[in-house]
Amino acid sequence: MDAGQRLTDANFPEHPEKATLEGKNKFLGFWLFLGGETVLFATLFGTYLGLRHMNMDGPSTEELFKLPTVFLATMLLLTSSLTSVYAVLALKQNRVRTLQKWFIITLILGLGFLGLEVYEFMEYVHEGHTFTSSAFGSAFYTLVGFHGGHVAFGCLWIITLLIRNWNRGITLVNAPKYYLFALYWHFVDVVWVFIFTVVYLMGKVG
Amino acid sequence: MSTHASHKKRSGLMDWLTTVDHKKIGILYLIAGGFFFIIGGLEAMFMRIQLFKPENDFVAAETFNQLLTMHGTTMIFFAAMPLIFAFMNAVVPLQIGARDVAFPFVNALGFWLFFFGGVLLNLSWLLGGAPDAGWTAYAPLSTTSEGSGVDFYVLGLQISGAGTLVGGINFLVTIINMRAPGMTFMRMPLFTWTAFVTSGLILFAFPPLTIGLFMLMFERVFDANFFNPDNGGNILIWEHIFWIFGHPEVYILILPSFGAISEVVATFSRKRLFGYSAMVFATVLIGFLGFMVWVHHMFTVGLGPVANSIFAVATMAIAVPTGVKIFNWLFTMWGGKIVFSTAMLWAVGFIPTFVMGGVTGVMLAIPSADYQFHDSYFVVAHFHYVIVGGVILGLFAGLYYWYPRMFNRVLNETLGKIHFWTFFIGFHLTFFPQHFLGLMGMPRRVFTYLSGQDLDQLNFISTIGAFLMAIGTIVLFVNVIISTSKKYAPSSDPWHGRTLEWAIPYPTPEYNFAQTPLVRGLDAFWIEKAAGNKGMTPAEPVGDIHMPNPSILPLIMSIGLFVAAFGLIYDTMTVVVIGMAITFISMFFRSVIDDHGFHIHKEEVEEDLKGVKL
Repeated sequence: MDAGQRLTDANFPEHPEKATLEGKNKFLGFWLFLGGETVLFATLFGTYLGLRHMNMDGPSTEELFKLPTVFLATMLLLTSSLTSVYAVLALKQNRVRTLQKWFIITLILGLGFLGLEVYEFMEYVHEGHTFTSSAFGSAFYTLVGFHGGHVAFGCLWIITLLIRNWNRGITLVNAPKYYLFALYWHFVDVVWVFIFTVVYLMGKVG
Repeated sequence: MSTHASHKKRSGLMDWLTTVDHKKIGILYLIAGGFFFIIGGLEAMFMRIQLFKPENDFVAAETFNQLLTMHGTTMIFFAAMPLIFAFMNAVVPLQIGARDVAFPFVNALGFWLFFFGGVLLNLSWLLGGAPDAGWTAYAPLSTTSEGSGVDFYVLGLQISGAGTLVGGINFLVTIINMRAPGMTFMRMPLFTWTAFVTSGLILFAFPPLTIGLFMLMFERVFDANFFNPDNGGNILIWEHIFWIFGHPEVYILILPSFGAISEVVATFSRKRLFGYSAMVFATVLIGFLGFMVWVHHMFTVGLGPVANSIFAVATMAIAVPTGVKIFNWLFTMWGGKIVFSTAMLWAVGFIPTFVMGGVTGVMLAIPSADYQFHDSYFVVAHFHYVIVGGVILGLFAGLYYWYPRMFNRVLNETLGKIHFWTFFIGFHLTFFPQHFLGLMGMPRRVFTYLSGQDLDQLNFISTIGAFLMAIGTIVLFVNVIISTSKKYAPSSDPWHGRTLEWAIPYPTPEYNFAQTPLVRGLDAFWIEKAAGNKGMTPAEPVGDIHMPNPSILPLIMSIGLFVAAFGLIYDTMTVVVIGMAITFISMFFRSVIDDHGFHIHKEEVEEDLKGVKL
């Protein structure tokens, strides 16, 4: 069978994302990549933990962070993880329109998260907490900004993926692509859970 | 939809710029790595000439700082790393019976990223001065260094580091997913095993470097304060991050060399590798322990006796699996029918040399003694014994051994032996005296010394040795040039090899194996030969073979980052945007263009099989 062909319910494999060698390779390679990404963020977290009290003349974490905004952002991102799970569920059931619907909701939630983050950063800059104001500032914006960059990249990724495959149905070629995006999105979400805990909650009470 | 497009044939330069064939990428890595090896070697020669007598004025102090920085950076990242990737590309897919790596496109991308990173770094010589903060780029020296040298260092390493990371993931997936039927993990040749563990180390060691370099870049370009104590920063963060990367990096370098030595020793002793499973275990253990010893580079920082002791013990522990390897090589030779080919000479020379480097390593692992050795020529002697005496000697063994597989020709054995003896004697002459220079108090990274301190004679001897190493290297290049005018070697299996890469006809077909081989045990090819078979037993009938299409996109993506780097170095945001746009648009094209590769048809494969020369 041609890998680029639209799958029908009759020939639909149990794991369309791993039904070809290319798919298997991508699946494994992406998990390994996420392993590397974990170390990458761990380095950023380590640096942040070392520098988070070095706010010099600028506001401290207790004065700075406003939990309601951050909590809203967290909810948006956690929900977007759930909607991407629904999309993958639709992938496994060969329901491409449902998949598209859930990924679009995921995208909108991701964009909402980014909007909140930009708003939050602008507020902080007004209060004198900038990238260059202190070591805390540098470490904070680098860690949270790296995560935000990952979310932004994920948004571009899913937009490209959806548009390119809008009328194609699910094939053995695009199934791994959808699946990997969902993996990536969950990973970004998990990183945020750690940021929420280590940066914001510990910033309030630590 | 046209999935399997017709066979695209490209020739000449375009073929090399667009290739995704692991064999050609291996050759590209070898040539580029060889080129940077020459540059790094010249930098070393200039330093040795400067130091051959007291108060010499061959180069200025500032230039000397640039030379020592560039020598270290070039040799580690742009000579040793690509040479390792050259052999991993050329050999690993063949050893496991695969037709290519898991991600051929990414493989090409890895090469071009490395290449443009190296070019970027070396252009600093022509654009206002090379980096001068040492290859370790300690803050605040690196954050306050004038000029743009350190910016070139940061961005050159950032770009090439990304290439190395994707290369590492590629080999992990290749080895896990693409082994031929019967090629279980415990039947993999040791070189493949070491490539596997090295790739794992790359995956977990390079991301910290990426972050460290980002921080250093933010500090220099965007005035961040990570390492600036005046604004709450902490210089130790750089040291930790750098060595969390830097120590696994030395195992990334040495493990594939261990693998090459294991293949060479077994082949030329005509014996199965002694203690294969112990060798595998030792390799994995070294890789594991390699992540928990980074603080031994920082004993004199003053982290306290508890931290220093823990890391000292962990460091000494690495000597155990390494010792296992040394004895296994000796026992492989014991009672073997040893053939002293050039490759075997390098392997035999490697063993005592590396042991000496290992012994000084254990000496350095003792914190109280390290306070004395730290930053002296003793350290310089130690790491050259393990990196030149270990990594480079192993790579030379691999070069003479696999050259016929990569280029279908053998290197001249007489010239090879001249290369070995001049380089080997030159090496010990250069670096053995440096142990004593260090013990006598000569600090590393100094551009000159005064006379009357008993340093003259040993420095003089050291410089003579460096010239011998240079002569040896020239002999190697003469040998390579001569070999290009030679005809193909008479046999596809010139060394009576034991592993799958020697079971392939000359010249290596694009698809490696016409039929995927069936592996029946360790030393798969040897088993078949011992059973009287001419070649491997196929695991499948002759059929269509799926191949990836060549692509120019990896090159363009890398050029985009190269352009963006110049924008960052010269603070021109438009150039950064243009460069990043080139890269992202290439990524976009890669994503939206359907590229399902092509098929080599059964008839063509059958035609090839008729003309097979073994």
